[in-house]
Amino acid sequence: MINNSIYIKSQQEVFDVVIVGSGAGGGMAAHTLAKAGAKVCVLEAGQPFDPADPKDMTQMKWPYESLRRGSSSSLRNFGDFDAAYGGWDIEGEPYTRKEGTKFDWFRSRMVGGRTNHWGRISLRFGPDDFKRKSIDGLGDDWPIGYDDMKPFYDKVDKMIGVFGTNEGLRNNPDGYFLPPPKPRLHELMIKKANKALGIPTYPSRMSMLTKPINNERGQCFYCGQCNRGCSAYADFSSSSVLIKPAVNTGNTTVLPFAMAREVMTDPITGLATGVSYVHTGTMMEYSVKGKIVVLAASAGETARLLLNSKSSRFPNGIANSSGVVGKYINDSTGASRSAIIPSLFDRKRYNEDGVGGMHVYTPWWLDNAKLDFPRGYHIEYGGGMGMPNYGFGWGIEGLNGRENFTRDGIKKAAGGYGATLKEDYRRFYGAYVSFAGRGEPVPREDNYCEIDPSVVDKFGIPVLRFNYKWSDYEVKQAKHMQDTFEEIIHSMGGEAMGKKPGAENNYGLADPGRIIHEVGTARMGNDKKTSVLNSNCQAHDVKNLFVADAAPFVSQGDKNATWTILALSLRTSEYIIDQRKKGNL
Amino acid sequence: MGLSSLGLAVFNPDEKAIENLELGKVPVKRPNGRTQEEAEMEAKLKAEIFLNAHELATITILSDIIIPADKKSGSASQSGVTAFIEFIVKDKPELKTPMRGGLRWLDVESNKRFSKNFTELTPAQRLNIVDEIAYPGKTPKHLSQGESFFTLMRNLTATGFYTSKIGIADLDYKGNTPNQWNGVPDEVLKQYGLSYDA
Ligand SMILES: Cc1cc2nc3c(=O)[nH]c(=O)nc-3n(C[C@H](O)[C@H](O)[C@H](O)COP(=O)(O)OP(=O)(O)OC[C@H]3O[C@@H](n4cnc5c(N)ncnc54)[C@H](O)[C@@H]3O)c2cc1C
Ligand code: SF4
Repeated sequence: MINNSIYIKSQQEVFDVVIVGSGAGGGMAAHTLAKAGAKVCVLEAGQPFDPADPKDMTQMKWPYESLRRGSSSSLRNFGDFDAAYGGWDIEGEPYTRKEGTKFDWFRSRMVGGRTNHWGRISLRFGPDDFKRKSIDGLGDDWPIGYDDMKPFYDKVDKMIGVFGTNEGLRNNPDGYFLPPPKPRLHELMIKKANKALGIPTYPSRMSMLTKPINNERGQCFYCGQCNRGCSAYADFSSSSVLIKPAVNTGNTTVLPFAMAREVMTDPITGLATGVSYVHTGTMMEYSVKGKIVVLAASAGETARLLLNSKSSRFPNGIANSSGVVGKYINDSTGASRSAIIPSLFDRKRYNEDGVGGMHVYTPWWLDNAKLDFPRGYHIEYGGGMGMPNYGFGWGIEGLNGRENFTRDGIKKAAGGYGATLKEDYRRFYGAYVSFAGRGEPVPREDNYCEIDPSVVDKFGIPVLRFNYKWSDYEVKQAKHMQDTFEEIIHSMGGEAMGKKPGAENNYGLADPGRIIHEVGTARMGNDKKTSVLNSNCQAHDVKNLFVADAAPFVSQGDKNATWTILALSLRTSEYIIDQRKKGNL
Repeated sequence: MGLSSLGLAVFNPDEKAIENLELGKVPVKRPNGRTQEEAEMEAKLKAEIFLNAHELATITILSDIIIPADKKSGSASQSGVTAFIEFIVKDKPELKTPMRGGLRWLDVESNKRFSKNFTELTPAQRLNIVDEIAYPGKTPKHLSQGESFFTLMRNLTATGFYTSKIGIADLDYKGNTPNQWNGVPDEVLKQYGLSYDA
């Protein structure tokens, strides 16, 4: 709907802080600042979401309660019950890619952003992850190190809750862990197979409350559905764990449907004065004033906002005198394989839903100095007797004709129909395992996102154009993942599914963006010529402008990004409070 | 608008009214667990008619050949597979032509052999065709398109059946209920020679 009378309304109130985005980074900033007494306004482009509100709740629904039996749709790309409103493509909000390059961009448009459905694998970085250049000469060091971050990781562990075990691993540091759930059957089998191969397996580290930690949140009751959002608030999502209490302080105003357009600046001082936005429902234009602006719209969106906030003072976009905004974008590498384990055929049934995700994982265990690729990866495991969903039983014709897959060892014709086919489905249920490697790429200046010179979205906001290519480093790492997966599968007595990915398809290396850990678009550093933010995530060029998502990351680590987003946002927020107290802001 | 349960404030409560006025339409009611956009998309899909009565009758017969009732559970059609397929081909439009064309292929083949549509054949006549397209790798060359169609039917039937109430009970899936996970049952650990102490 185009409103004929587009007019700009500006809010009289001046907030202490205006935050753009309510995901991991924005939620933590809002929570920390509001608790400290600041008047906070959060602009969120998406709609409200509360997993305990029956209107939004999908937890505990059966597949037959979905018309499409839990399959994905254009409005929910990870399945009909998944708590991500949005996806790889959002109607009216395009993004583009430079010719010959690839990048897929997953966006959630809702309060809490992508933390409503994320995997909740909650890994802090280790000392090496901040100092890669010092170790191998590639990429850059962060301007801070693990010792700077440790107190904030510790606080995040205690505030949000994460299960795991202290293993004394140097680059996968100990934390404050709740008890982990015991491994499931296939996870014990993986552990045993790995042991024989010298691959370590540890309890996973994930943010579900296996023990209650306060009165506002319940305890996990093991439904295995965290990606739908937990009605007991026993899993971490920014909406229920950070935004809700931030609002309860009385100091936070959350504006859903508010798509930030630009950071506004004072032409004389060059300081940020607030944010202009368009209401996504009415298409009316607004602005909201703040003494401090914090961008946490996700690494991609934050770069887009910075680049789109142009003025005579900031012709290349605000905070971009270095020209570095958008550059060095990097996503985790990813490759995967699945297998069927004949010893699990006809297995005894019991409830093994567990938490929503794996109970064990493998952190990076090798020395890159002895390998032909410079950075590591960790392995995530899947499998078990999960709730049947759309896709169940698909492709049985590729399985039930295999000699060693029949109950009595007699070869049966593949495919078929009737009562014996039904037996096959029962037999194979719960016999699958899957392996996913998630690794660290080497960030590169020539991987970047920029403003597309000719395309705008339905709000008239210029869109992002990505330019991203993997290098040989990442391809070789994916090859190593594939070899490792096959070793584990064979060691388990399993049969790998499908053809082993090879050189012809980069060893199954997922296209850039597919792992949804994009970071690095406004990196921090001590030199304002080669970085956008200083070591406190404060813009070198604009002292009351901060970034609190994954844009400040100098590198990815072989860990998933979110625990570091949370710790960094907490650190930045405490810095803001401190500087306000000192009268520096 | 407004996030009442989270207590979130909005600046302009009149915006919703303006929005409705401008859209000039009665909003589709939003069922629990669906967004407004989903409610509208699903209302539209449900109203669409694609497969006709004859096609649906053929699907019912075929799905019951693939998943008949047995000692343990009911049949595909008893579990609601026909309605599921009716919806899913509209929801995934790439399935429309393979389904419609496959069904017609089957009727043409039935007519070639028995001068009748598939629905009018005797059970033995039906299997006369099915047996030649149900086993990938054994299909006579000239019937390969029939094999593709039957494979699609098998997949859709299995997915529809095992995601239904009857099918989930047949699989004996025990989850989707609050519980305390205490690990793999002892007798199962024993069966696999595994333990938590290792
Ligand atoms: C399937 C999946 C699994 C994942 N699993 C894991 C995992 O196991 N572990 C892990 O560490 N990470 C995981 N991630 C990644 C994790 O979700 C992100 O790292 C994290 O959510 C990023 O937080 P953020 O605050 O930067 O951005 P987001 O969570 O994306 O939040 C950004 C918010 O800003 C809003 N916004 C954007 N633009 C604007 C604008 N212009 N104006 C106003 N609001 C705006 C968005 O609507 C959104 O709500 C996963 C992601 C996906 C999709
Ligand atoms: S597994 Fe636990 S934390 Fe996750 S949604 Fe279920 S009850 Fe909540």
